[in-house]
Amino acid sequence: MAYQVRINGELRELDVPEDMPLLWAIRNEIGLLGTKFGCGMGLCGACTVHVDGVAQRSCSLPVGSIGTAEVTTIEGLGDTEIGRALQQVWVEEDVMQCGYCQAGQLMNASALLKRNPAPNARQIDAAMSGNICRCACYTRIRDAIAQVADKGAKANV
Amino acid sequence: MSEQIEQRGPQLSRRGLLRAGVLAGGGLALTASLPMVARAAVTGAGAAVQPATLNAYVTIGADNIITIAAKNPEVGQGIKTMLPMLIAEEMDADWDMVRIEQAEFNPAKYGMQLAGGSFSTPMNWIPMRQVGAATRAMLVQAAALRWGVPVAGLKAEKGKIVEISSGRSLSFGDVAADAALVPVPDLASVPLKADKDFTIIGRSIAGIDSQRIVEGKPIFGVDTMLPGMRYAAFERAPIFGAKLVSANLDAARAVPGVEDVFVLEGGDNPELLVDGVAIIAKNWWIANKAREQLEIEWDGGQWASHSTAGYDAKAQELFGQAPTSDIAVSGDVDAAFAAAAKVVEADYSYPFLAHVPMEPQNCTSLLREDGVMEMWAPTQMPQAGHGGVCQQLGLAPEKVVVHITRMGGGFGRRLTNDFMVQSAAIAAKKPGVPIQLIWSRQDDLRSDFYRPGGYHRLRAALDESGKLTGFDGHFVTFSTGGKVNFNAAMGGKEFPIHFLDNLRYRQSAIDTRVPMGSLRAPQSNALSFVQQSFLDEVAREQGRDLPALMLELLASRDEFPEENGFLGKQPGFSPKRATAVIEKALQMGGWEGRTDGNRRAKGFGFYFSHLGYFAEVVEASVDARGQVSVHNVWAAGDVGRHIINPFGAMNQVEGAIIDGIGQALALAVQIESGAVVQSNFHDYPIPRIPATPQIEVEFIKSDNDPTGLGEPALPPVIPALTNAIFAATGKRIRSLPIDKAQLV
Repeated sequence: MAYQVRINGELRELDVPEDMPLLWAIRNEIGLLGTKFGCGMGLCGACTVHVDGVAQRSCSLPVGSIGTAEVTTIEGLGDTEIGRALQQVWVEEDVMQCGYCQAGQLMNASALLKRNPAPNARQIDAAMSGNICRCACYTRIRDAIAQVADKGAKANV
Repeated sequence: MSEQIEQRGPQLSRRGLLRAGVLAGGGLALTASLPMVARAAVTGAGAAVQPATLNAYVTIGADNIITIAAKNPEVGQGIKTMLPMLIAEEMDADWDMVRIEQAEFNPAKYGMQLAGGSFSTPMNWIPMRQVGAATRAMLVQAAALRWGVPVAGLKAEKGKIVEISSGRSLSFGDVAADAALVPVPDLASVPLKADKDFTIIGRSIAGIDSQRIVEGKPIFGVDTMLPGMRYAAFERAPIFGAKLVSANLDAARAVPGVEDVFVLEGGDNPELLVDGVAIIAKNWWIANKAREQLEIEWDGGQWASHSTAGYDAKAQELFGQAPTSDIAVSGDVDAAFAAAAKVVEADYSYPFLAHVPMEPQNCTSLLREDGVMEMWAPTQMPQAGHGGVCQQLGLAPEKVVVHITRMGGGFGRRLTNDFMVQSAAIAAKKPGVPIQLIWSRQDDLRSDFYRPGGYHRLRAALDESGKLTGFDGHFVTFSTGGKVNFNAAMGGKEFPIHFLDNLRYRQSAIDTRVPMGSLRAPQSNALSFVQQSFLDEVAREQGRDLPALMLELLASRDEFPEENGFLGKQPGFSPKRATAVIEKALQMGGWEGRTDGNRRAKGFGFYFSHLGYFAEVVEASVDARGQVSVHNVWAAGDVGRHIINPFGAMNQVEGAIIDGIGQALALAVQIESGAVVQSNFHDYPIPRIPATPQIEVEFIKSDNDPTGLGEPALPPVIPALTNAIFAATGKRIRSLPIDKAQLV
C-alpha cells in the first residue's frame, strides 16, 4: 500500500503493508534510526514518538492508522523549546548510561511537559512508568525532568 | 544515507600501520614505528594541515584538536569517556579540545578490548596514563627541538608547552607534526603525574556520545545501515539442544516482501551456530512476521523433558546424597557439629536470570568480493566473536573484520557472541549483500546465556556462648556435559571460607542444556544473597545483628596477601577495607537507630567482588498484601583512591542497586518442556521508575589503585533487602525472587 506520512514536518512516501508498525517504516524504509526497537509489544517505550503531539508506541501503531496525523520522532525533538531544554539537561546531568532507551524517554518526557508543564514527583513517575531503562538511570531521569519543569515554572511566573 | 554510516567505514589508514605490542600484564606498548605515509605527510608540504598521529591512541591536528582512540567497547559503562580521560590527564591536554573515537577492533594494536568483569579500570589505569605521559614527553621534546632549549626548562599545561623561564608557549597543534617524529619514550619509565596535579581525573564528565544520543543520531549497532542492506530474522528451536528434523519453507517464501528463506545447519555449541531457519527481507518486520509461516519439525531429544520443577526436585534429591566434590574444607566440621549447643539450618535457592539489554541482539555482516567478512557488531568481547566467526565459517583471522559499535546495554550478554556467528553464517549465503540480523525480544529472552540458578543447604554450629564454631554447606549447581560452568561455580574464597576454623563447602551438579553465561557480577549476584542472608540468620540466633557478626569475623584475620588473578598480581582481600565500608554504611543508614517490625525496617548486606568493597543498608516496607517497597538505600564503596569520573561512577552504582532490587523482587527465568517460559517485559518485569528508591552513595578513597565499578555495587543490595524484609515482617526470604504470598 502507498502512504504519505508527515514525519518531522516532511511528507514521506511509503509503500508498505498497512499493518506494518510505524517503527519499522521509520527505521527500515525511511532510515530515521533514532527511534528504537525494544520489545515490539508496547511494553518498554523505547520506540516512543509523538502523533499529533501525543506520545505513542510506534512498535504497535500500524502505518495504515496514521492518516494525516503529524508524526514527530527524536530527530525532530530539538525543534521545540521543551525538547531542547530536555536535551540540554539530559546531557548536562549525564542522565544516561547506554543511552538506547533515551530517545523514548525524551519523547515521553516532552509529551508530559507539554500537557503538564509543572508535574510533581508522583506525576513524573506515573507518566514515565511505561519507559524501561535497563541501566536504571531513573533517579537522573526524574531529576532532569523536574529541573526542566522547574525552569518552565519559573519562566512562567 | 551518508549520515547514517558515518564513522562506520573501515578507517584503518591513519593509524593502521602503527604497531603496538602487548605487554605481559595485558598493558600496551607503543612502538616507535611511525607509518611512512605519516612521516611523508608531516615533513612535506601538507605538514601544517594533516593531523599528526603520535601513536596508536593520539592524533593532534594543527587546530589543536586532540583525537583519542577509546580502545574498549562502550556498553553504557562509560569507558569510552573514561579511558581517554586517563590519556588526556597525563598529556596535560585541554579537555575541551579532546575528541574521542571508538578504536577499531585490533588486538595486535590495542591488546585486550573487553567490556566485562569490571576489568577496564584496573587493567588500564597505569597503561593509559603511560600512553598519555609518553605523548606529553614527545610534545615537550618537539618544542625543545624547535626552540633549541633543554627539555628540563619546559612544562606542558592545558594543551600548551610552556617555557618556564620566559613564559613563551607553543600549542600542542604547533608541535604535533614534529612530535610525531620524536622517538617514543620507554613507557615503563616515563614519569607519571602526582595525584595532586590531576585536573581531569576526578572531574564529572558527561558521556562523550550523550549529545548525539539525545538528538537520535545513529550510533548503536542496530543503527548500522549500509547501501543495499537487507534484514534477517532467525528461527531457532525453542528447546535448548534440539535439532532440526525437517522444514517446509514454502509458505514463508510466499510472504510478500520476503526475498529468501533458508535452513542453516548448526552444531551442538550454542556459542556458535545452532540449527535454524533464516528469513531475508527488505524490512525486518516482514522477515520476522514471516516466521509464523514456517513449518518446522524439531527433535528436542532428552532435553525436552527438562523443567524448573524438575530441577527443584533433583536438587532436593541431591541434598539427600553425598556431594560429589569439595569447594573448601578446613578443620573438623563433624566434630564442631557434634559439640554444638545449637545448629542453624536453612535451604536457599535462586533462579536462572536473563540479561535483556535494551538493544536486542543484532549484528550486520557483509561478505565482500575479496572474501572478507566485514562485521558491525555490538559485542562486549569482539575478540571472542571474531574467533567464533572464524571457527564457524572456517575463515582465516584476517578474513574477518569487526567494527566495534556502541551497545544498548550488555550486562554480560554480549560477552557471548552467538548472534555474531549467526549473522556471519547468514551473510555467507548472500555474498555482496549486507545483512542485518535482528533478534526479537522473545528471541533475546529465550536464547540467552542465563545466570545459572542454584541451591544451597547450609548449617551453622554455635557453641554454648553462641560463638560460630562450624559451617557446612552443600551447593547444588548446574553443569553442561558434566562440567560446571564458570558462572555456576563457587570459588574457594567465598566468605566465610578462611574466616572459620571448621568449615566445609561441597558441591553437586545437575546437568542441563540451558546455556549459562555471565550476568553483571557473575557468581556474586547470587552467592551474596545466600551468604549474607544466612549469616543474618546466624547473627540473630546469637542475639545480635549481621554487621556485628561481620565486623567480628573480619577482625579475626589479617590482610590477605597479593594473589594472581585475571589481571596478574592483584591485591588480596582486605578485612580492613571491608570493615571501613561497613562502618561507613552503618553510619550513613542510621543503623543504631533502626527498629524491627511495623512492616518497615532496615537491612544490611556486604559483599566483595571484582576487587570492590560495598556495604549497603536498605530500608523497605511490606504492605498487607505482601507488596514490598524499597524506600532508601545507603551504599558505601571502596574502589581505590580515585573516582576517575564521578558522573559515571554514580550512574554505575545507582544502576547496579536498582538492578539488584529488581532481580530480588520479580525476576526469574523458568524452564518448561526444555524451553524458556518468559518472553517479554510483561513476564520478565525489569524495574520501572516508580520503584526507584532514594539512593545515597559515598566512596571511601583508600590508598589503592582504582578498580572497576560496573559490578561490585550490585551483590550486597539483594541480601540487604531480604534482611530488611525479615526485620520488617519476621519472614525469612530463602528463595528468589521474593514470593509476595509469603509476606502477607
